[in-house]
Amino acid sequence: MEALFDAAPFTGYVFPNETVIPWSLMIVIYPYITGLVAGSFTVATFYHVFGVPRFRPVARFALLTSLSFMVFVPLPLLLHLGHPERAMNVMLTPHLTSAFAAFGFFATFYVVLVFLEIWFAFRENIVAWAQERKGLAGLFYRVLTLGSYEISATTRSYDAKWLKALAVIGIVGAHGLHGYVGFVFGSLKSREWWGSDLMPVIFLVSAITSGIAILITLYVLTSRVRKVPVDLDCLKGMAYMLWGFLIFTIVLEFLEFANMVYKGREGVETIMALVAGPLWFSLGVLQMGFAVIAFFIMSYFMWRSTQDRQLVIGVTVSALLMLVSVLAMRWNVVIGGQELSKTMQGLLYFHPPLLGREGLLVMVTVFALPFGLLWVLTRLLPPWVPKLDHVPSR
Amino acid sequence: MKLKRQAFDPDRRRLLRFLGRVVTYASAMIASLGVFGRRGLAGAGPAFPATDYDWTKHRWGFGVDATRCIGCLRCVEACKTENGVARDAHHFRTWVERYVYLKGEKLPRVDSQADPGNIAASGSEKEYRFDNRYKDAKVEKAFFVPKLCNQCEHPPCVQVCPVGATFRTPDGVVLIDHDYCIGCQYCVQACPYGVRLFNQKYEVTDKCTWCYHRITRGLKPACVEACPVNARIFGDQNDPESPISKFIRENRVQVLKPSMGTSPNVFYVGIDKEIV
Ligand code: SF4
Ligand code: SF4
Repeated sequence: MEALFDAAPFTGYVFPNETVIPWSLMIVIYPYITGLVAGSFTVATFYHVFGVPRFRPVARFALLTSLSFMVFVPLPLLLHLGHPERAMNVMLTPHLTSAFAAFGFFATFYVVLVFLEIWFAFRENIVAWAQERKGLAGLFYRVLTLGSYEISATTRSYDAKWLKALAVIGIVGAHGLHGYVGFVFGSLKSREWWGSDLMPVIFLVSAITSGIAILITLYVLTSRVRKVPVDLDCLKGMAYMLWGFLIFTIVLEFLEFANMVYKGREGVETIMALVAGPLWFSLGVLQMGFAVIAFFIMSYFMWRSTQDRQLVIGVTVSALLMLVSVLAMRWNVVIGGQELSKTMQGLLYFHPPLLGREGLLVMVTVFALPFGLLWVLTRLLPPWVPKLDHVPSR
Repeated sequence: MKLKRQAFDPDRRRLLRFLGRVVTYASAMIASLGVFGRRGLAGAGPAFPATDYDWTKHRWGFGVDATRCIGCLRCVEACKTENGVARDAHHFRTWVERYVYLKGEKLPRVDSQADPGNIAASGSEKEYRFDNRYKDAKVEKAFFVPKLCNQCEHPPCVQVCPVGATFRTPDGVVLIDHDYCIGCQYCVQACPYGVRLFNQKYEVTDKCTWCYHRITRGLKPACVEACPVNARIFGDQNDPESPISKFIRENRVQVLKPSMGTSPNVFYVGIDKEIV
């Protein structure tokens, strides 16, 4: 006989209903994916808005990455819902006092925006492909042109203007979307571990860190697959960004924790027990430890001005460490918050199930899907093809 | 709209359920465009609330006299039966906590009927009793505290619901429309008192309603009815002669976690500083 739910073991006193952990792996992966969206879009805007030329090799790839992840953001939420068939109610009858009511609108708006941004970024190539390709592929690109084949100095400046304007809105949207995810947790007064004013900010900076990290990883990986050298200037640019945001993340996370401990409100002993108990590995080693190691690797490389192969390896390793670190951070927030009982006198121990709708297998699958989509997108819209001689307008 | 009894289901294996879902998701996504999910599995039951009931005329209130509670758990039993709550140690609309201060210890030891020791004593997750663990200990002070939904004046659970499936009635009870709840459990997170529970069978959230189906018919909540020592007091705060109005008037009452700003409507007498 199998139960319909998993009951978490506990120590101390917890409210009886708390033993069934309400939010599990799907709610861990959801902010992680959203974070990757926001982070990769940020890198793209460095080229499209701020006109930093060194980011050119990844600018369009970053847009495709952002879209690939964004498309799958609602999936873990739907898998989590008891009644996914009623999910549309959130948009049809939004309850405006809920921090979650605007999510559907926000997400839809953002997806449309990234679509448009991508369209403008690829327009000239699309026109060229529409004229070159035959058959089904040709038809696909001809539809994508939306009937406009004109390429001239005027259209070029027009495209550039739109790209920039959309990117400006997009950066607000992407960061808004993610800060908002932090608010979903931070605005709850019922949980000491969540109800922090810093929560949205921490979510945001760690999101950008993870987004840069995934771009570095994918860029190095795809360069290897395509057998082209990694553009070191571009890689260094991303490494600087990663380094900066990483410091920001570590400092903020530390400050938040220090605040909680220093204020020492009722139940702080239980918070210490949480950190030393169920969270010691995911918080102490994965989240904090990995981030600090990444920081030292990159700082060392910057100090020694390491070049070439070594640099590529070092930066990629740091990026991978940060990807794990940020995922661990999501776990520590979402799961950690629920492992700390609302009684503040007990701890629960969550053990992720392997199978089931919200199990580990599904989580891995949900995380793998965006990569599949990205692969398809890079086939349809190869971001590596030079974009004629487009220069970002400053 | 009473939920049917939730129970373990021996035949439905987890993997099968999962595969089934994959198929339903696709169709459900399409279906949701046209039908907004107004078809509940839990729609059976008598007309609710009673048809001749005017909810603008009442303001319900609940009192708990912890000095009277003997921890017999008949209220928990009555609630499970009345409201079809799952018979296990993880789903309760109401529960009872035991606080025991031992000689020489500063903090109380706390447990509820859901504690593994107490479940072992009763022999089954379906039966509830407190064990005798303090039999040989030097007890300085001990008491029981019944818990239930506070039907807060400013309920954070209602605030966070993304679809408005849970709401506060004019007579002061927080209810859930089980046919509209999407099962996100945001409200479960938001309740500071751990009152909300999830019905895994119908995949919707559930909570104490002060037996709304009874009180709107002039009956008392099942737990109040079952309590042999009148530790649970119920009535209309609009009526100055009701038991609850008297209880509030004649005692120095307290509410739980007042710092949360929820303005609870369950009033306690005889609780101590360490109550969670
Ligand atoms: S006690 Fe919890 S469930 Fe009941 S009204 Fe207050 S916040 Fe909502
Ligand atoms: S679980 Fe149901 S009642 Fe609770 S917040 Fe979600 S939709 Fe609203």
